[in-house]
This record gives sequence, structure tokens and C-alpha cells, in this order.
Amino acid sequence: MKRSTYLVFGGVVVLFALSWIFKSSVLEDGVYSNVWEAFKVTLAAFLTLAIFSFLYKDNPLYKFAEHLYVGISAAYWMCLAFWSTVVGNFIPRTFESLSAAFKQPYQPSSWDILGIPGNIIYIIPVLLGIMLLMRLSSKYGWLSRWPLAFIVGTTAGLNFVRYLRSDFVAQVSSTFVPLLGTPDSVSVWSSFDLNATGPVVALLSNWVIFIGVFSGLVYFFFSKEHTGWFGRTSKVGIWVLMITFGASFGYTVMGRISLLVGRITYLFGDWLGIVQS
Amino acid sequence: MENLGVIISLIIIFGGLAWLFWRSVQGREVERRIIFVFIFVAVAAPILFPITFEEKATPVVKSLFDKIESLPEKSKVLISFDYDPAMQPEVQPMANALSRHCLEKGHTVVFMCLWATGQSLLTATLESVIKPEFPELVDGTDYISVGYKAGNEGVLNVIVSDFIRMFPTDINGTPLDSTVIFQDIKSCADFDLILAVGGGRPGPKEWVLFVGDPAKVPIGVGVAAVVAPQLYPYYPRQVVGILGGVKGAAEYETELAAAHPRFDEVDKPGLRMMGPQTLAHMVIMAFIVIGNIAMFRARRKAE
Repeated sequence: MKRSTYLVFGGVVVLFALSWIFKSSVLEDGVYSNVWEAFKVTLAAFLTLAIFSFLYKDNPLYKFAEHLYVGISAAYWMCLAFWSTVVGNFIPRTFESLSAAFKQPYQPSSWDILGIPGNIIYIIPVLLGIMLLMRLSSKYGWLSRWPLAFIVGTTAGLNFVRYLRSDFVAQVSSTFVPLLGTPDSVSVWSSFDLNATGPVVALLSNWVIFIGVFSGLVYFFFSKEHTGWFGRTSKVGIWVLMITFGASFGYTVMGRISLLVGRITYLFGDWLGIVQS
Repeated sequence: MENLGVIISLIIIFGGLAWLFWRSVQGREVERRIIFVFIFVAVAAPILFPITFEEKATPVVKSLFDKIESLPEKSKVLISFDYDPAMQPEVQPMANALSRHCLEKGHTVVFMCLWATGQSLLTATLESVIKPEFPELVDGTDYISVGYKAGNEGVLNVIVSDFIRMFPTDINGTPLDSTVIFQDIKSCADFDLILAVGGGRPGPKEWVLFVGDPAKVPIGVGVAAVVAPQLYPYYPRQVVGILGGVKGAAEYETELAAAHPRFDEVDKPGLRMMGPQTLAHMVIMAFIVIGNIAMFRARRKAE
């Protein structure tokens, strides 16, 4: 490593220590009451800055923060999976003594198979889980295909019904909108009002939905050459798609700016204490 | 002093944009780091010197507000916190505002989460909003937190027909069937309204697909801006209202403060964030305009 790298690293360590000491002294009679809290606030602030430093260029501090994040995330999710799935879902349904040990309320089976408690069925997902782990073995790796097939099959079956109902049938139904005014709003034009919740705007919205859906469908219809009126409708479809993508991009920008606002508010508020956090 | 800060910030930002425009027109490259600095200044300046804007609820937000407002007292509402700290800045204000509104109207609220990370954010709402602002309400009688359960859509698939089977106890280990709230709640179909707050998967979309439509329960959603466009097709037939991103949160906070003046004094992070949002969006729009002018100019020169 170059000498300048050591200097930068040393500078960051010194700044971190100074910030920690300063924060500890401020917090003693403030929001927090101990050095440990000051350490956590300072560490979070420095890790935020380390990640932001990538905007300048890739550097060891960014790499450190990135690797720390990946490592902690992996460990966090592994622990969480054990406590929420094994301890939270499996043990309370199968072992009374273990449930008591983990302070989980035992959930006895309300039915049985030839005198054997119905809870025995939960052994099946455990076996499937073990088979999934066989993927790590070159000799028995083929066993992992069975639980994988089970996962794919159940997920597809479950989602097929839900998506068919909500994303297809219900959405097609939502496209059938009145284009010449609803029976209960006969006087759409006599009481002309451009209020967002008024009948005129509602009618215009219905036309936008109709034209948008129709032209969008025409654009994705490839069995006929896009020429003549068909081509012109397809062009309207492209415009509709572009406007949709633009709206999505706008929302994405808003979301990302919100995240930046969150981090800057943390830096200025929780860490530096110059604004309300 | 604040106004002076705002004016100086605006002069710096727009002066800088004019300089960028001049550079671009001359055909000189703009370093990408300069753009990052502009975005940082545009976001940081309104945080240091707050700028607030008037917000008015749009129909899609107002309909959700009106739905909660019109429910009779003691209606049963389920609020699901399905998000993580990354989404917290824009989604937590919605969750707080919706929780406040439901409890203020005297509804019985059940809190849960489909995301493990939602648990700590739910606790933050309970500790920083509900307990201080509604000290008279009793945990287990007026509201209850059942916490997190692993299983994603599988959880929804079970609670749509049997809630207690998936959540036998609340967050404190109290059996749900012994609580006052769950005496007449057997499944999600027994709720008068479900509010899904989140932005990933499983999230509001899965609530519509796996619970709202099959059980015919009204669903209101508060979503991170990134996924808001995916939820709009469900309005108004499959969801009663949508709070999209921080703008939706700001609109809802305004509406809540107007209808219930005691919330006029509480912190409104959604509204507070609209200042940086507005300024950052103006800067981004200016970049788009400058970039296009520079491109067309360069193209004309080349021709």
C-alpha cells in the first residue's frame, strides 16, 4: 500500500476517535447516557460516509463498509432463519419439551392418523430441507431436485390462482369502464367542472384507460405488420408505455431521494446534532 | 436567519446550474462528481434551513383517509409493517400517521409484520408514537402487536382462513385466544380494514393477491415510491387508497392534522421531507433540460 493510503486511514481513525469522544461528552447530559451509545452513533455515521465515499471513487474504506455489510447481513439472516423458522414455526408444533426450553407455547395437533399425532406431518418439510442441503454433496446432489421441484410446483400453483384472479380477471374487469358517462351522471357536460374528483375528469380518465390499454395491446400484437392504422395505434401504444416508464422513473427518483434525505438527516441530526432528527 | 439560509442555498444551487448550462452549451464535459455535489446540496440545504410546502390530499390518498374516518368506532383494523430500515425514511411516516389515525378514531388495531426487519420498526412506532400519544390505551385491549412470522406469502395464505393458527401468541407471549381483541377475530375476513405498509415482497401487492381479493376485505396500502406504480392499477376496485412514497405520507399527515388538530403539533417527517424532495427534483429536471440542450446543440454542430 502507498504511504498516502496509510495517512488517510490514520486520519480516519483519529477523526473517528475524536468524534466518539466528542459525542460521548455531549451525550452525557443529553439524549444518551453512555459511551457505548456514542460509539454506535459514530460508527453508523462513519459507515454511512464510507459508503458515500464510493461516489468519489472506489477505496479501501468503501470496501471495508461493503464487506462488513455483506458479512453482518449473512449472519443476521442465518440467525433470524433459525429463530423464526426452526424455533418459531417448527419446534412449537412438534416437540413439547423443546418448546418449553425455548419458551414457545406448544401447539398440539388437533387431529391424528391411526393414533399418531398429526404433528408428525411436520417431519416432511424437515426431510425436504435436509434433501435440499444435499446439493453440497457431489454424490447425493440429485436428491436436492425433489424439494426444489416441490417448491417450484407449490409456488407456481399457489401464485397461478392468485394472479389469475387479481392480476388478470379483476384487471380485465377494471378495464370495462363507461366511456359516455355512467347512468347516474347523465349531466356530465351540463355541470362542467374540472375538479379532480368530478365526473368530467373521471370520464377523461376512463378514455385514457381505454386508449392506453387498447393501444398497448396493439403494440404487443406481432402477428400483423405494424403498418397503416394498426401501426399508428401501435405508435400510440409506445407513447403510453414511455409515459408509464417515465412515471415509474419519477417515483424511483423520489424513493432514492427519500433515502438520501434519511441518511443526511441522520448525519446532521443524530450524529452532529445540528438539526432535529 | 432560516430565510437567509434558504436564499443563499438557492443562489448557490441555481447559480451553479447556470454555470453548468454555460459549460454544457460550450460543449465541455461535466464531471459526474459535480452532479453528486449538486444533489447533495439540494438535499442538505432544505434540511439545514427547512422549506415547507402546502400539501393537499389527492383523491387516491383522500379515499383511504375517508375510509378510516368513516369506519364506526371499535372497528378492527390490521396494520402490517412489511419493510426494512432502507425503506424507513419514506414508509415509517405513513405507518405512524395511519396508526395515529386508527387509534384516534377509536379503532382496535392489530399490528404485525411479514418482514423480520419490520419488527424493530414496529416497536419504534409503538414506543415513540403510540405509547406517548395514547397513554390511556391498553395493550391487548385497544391494540395488540403479534410481531413477525416467517413464511412470506405462506403466512398470508394461512391467516386468510385462520389467524391464530399462524400467530398463537402476541409479542409478549400472551395466547391470542385469551385476549379481548381476538374474541371475535378468527381470520383476516373478520377485519374491517387491512393496511399494508411496505414496498418489497411480500408486501402490499401480496396482501391484495392473497388476502384482499380472496377474503373480500378492504385493503389500503402505503408503499415505497419505487413500487407505487405497480399498485395504481388496483385502485379503486381492489385497494381503497394508496399512499405513494413520501409525497403520499406528506398528504396524509396534512389531512390528519386538518381533521384532528391535536396532531398539528406532532412531528411530520413526511411533510418535512418534501422540501429536499422538491429542490432535488428541480435540480434533476434542470439536469435533464441542460443535458438535452447540450445534446441537440452537439448534434446540430456535427451535422
